[in-house]
Amino acid sequence: MNSKTQNKIAIGGLYGIAGLVVLILLALLGYILASGVPQLSWHFLTAPGKAFLKGGGVGIQLYNSFYLLILAMLISFPIALGAAIYLYEYAKDNWVTTTIRTAIEILSSLPSVVVGLFGFLFFVVKLHLGFSILSGAFALTFFNLPLLTRSIEDSLRTISDVQREGGLALGLSRWETVTRVILPAAVPSILTGVILSAGRVFGEAAALIYTAGQSAPALDFTDWNPFNISSPLNPMRPAETLAVHIWKINSEGIMPDAKAISSGSSAVLVIAILLFNFAARYLGKRLYKRLTSA
Amino acid sequence: MKEEILTTQDLHLYYGDKEALKGINLNFDEKGITALIGPSGCGKSTYLRTLNRMNDLIPNVTITGTIKFKGDDLYAPSADTVQIRKEIGMVFQQPNPFPFSIYDNVIYGLRIAGEKDKEKLDAVVEKSLRQAAVWDEVKDHLHESALALSGGQQQRVCIARVLAVSPEIILLDEPTSALDPVSSSQIEATLLNLRHDYTIIIVTHNLQQASRIADRTAFFMNGELIEVDQTKNIFMNPANKQTEDYISGRFG
Repeated sequence: MNSKTQNKIAIGGLYGIAGLVVLILLALLGYILASGVPQLSWHFLTAPGKAFLKGGGVGIQLYNSFYLLILAMLISFPIALGAAIYLYEYAKDNWVTTTIRTAIEILSSLPSVVVGLFGFLFFVVKLHLGFSILSGAFALTFFNLPLLTRSIEDSLRTISDVQREGGLALGLSRWETVTRVILPAAVPSILTGVILSAGRVFGEAAALIYTAGQSAPALDFTDWNPFNISSPLNPMRPAETLAVHIWKINSEGIMPDAKAISSGSSAVLVIAILLFNFAARYLGKRLYKRLTSA
Repeated sequence: MKEEILTTQDLHLYYGDKEALKGINLNFDEKGITALIGPSGCGKSTYLRTLNRMNDLIPNVTITGTIKFKGDDLYAPSADTVQIRKEIGMVFQQPNPFPFSIYDNVIYGLRIAGEKDKEKLDAVVEKSLRQAAVWDEVKDHLHESALALSGGQQQRVCIARVLAVSPEIILLDEPTSALDPVSSSQIEATLLNLRHDYTIIIVTHNLQQASRIADRTAFFMNGELIEVDQTKNIFMNPANKQTEDYISGRFG
């Protein structure tokens, strides 16, 4: 067999594999969307759930998902940013840095159910935070931190060293170079990383089952005092998210339309994550364009 | 009488165990252009980067000897690298404008130093870009990204950026080697305009460039300074055999 034929076979094989992956993905997405989208309506997206009757919605779960996401991001982003800047811009290549990197590596490969159980024992039980949005947000921080740190570090890595030299040669201090030259230049790629990790956090269930809880008490959307138990802003209330909701109604849902609600919720989840991904691409590209051309 | 603004005495530099500079004694008068030439790996860029302490960024570098800028030891424990680099600016081989507008690039140093007066900033931008001979080409796009410019324009904006913080010395590390001949000659013209007001030290691979613009030329080889003299003498009548061999293209 000559090398030309080999080449053809190899390319054909690779096309086949890639095609298979795409096909599986499309089939999954198609199935979820086809069975879920018909369930969607304004009522479904905004109404509270019903435990025994049909016709419940996922309004509260959807809101909880976003609220939890925002809280988790507020906690994890500053930490991840600081860690990434330290690791990439300041840390010397020694055993301490290696240890930190390994720790991050291990943390990122922890199964999320382990993160969830740790969150349960530590935040819910030990710190008496109870099943609450706050416990959930902390658990998600653990889940998110390594991924986000890695992605921000990668963003910093894409900024060429000649930019750092340029800043320093201009009489900027190290810190000024990082904050005034490197970070602004890295913003598009950092933003993309943040939104993509938001997508992962948004779809996370296992880490939340034991921390944010599986119940979605009714919320009074006119009460914005965070200390009232029915206020949407209260971080100490239990809050079932969309992903947890899907898991729950599939395992123990007793409402007559459980199947439909599960399909609808899955579709909402998938669509939301798709939107995150598209937004990440779009915003990243736009910001980059604004920074690099007229 | 001209004064020596920068002096180096018995300068050694080691990358780990490897000695890259083997005792350089070289002084620079105020104003004018000095070119550093020599084959690749001869230490000329390394030497240049010791002059504003850019080698500090590389791990495992050891430097011995004395470098004095206006009589102050650059490597004294009390020396402030940030201040040094304001007075001794640097332009790199690869044009490295920040990914911001041309205007922002030029005033970056000043703005971070706390200058807020819009009129003053505007004036500095115009003056620096004029000095760098790029004003006419960019004056209508000051608020567009510097990355949209050609390589030669970017390099001149980088020169303007250095000029804006009013340094006394400008170091240039092969500033034209990534540029086409037309852009290169524009940069050379820019430097010739600046030689009356600044002390310019330029590393170049291009012997013709050195002969065209430099008042003085220093020839480096294998980490040693072989010869330094008026450019004319180096090219027409070198004192050292190695210099002559290099100039006449027998190696390098």
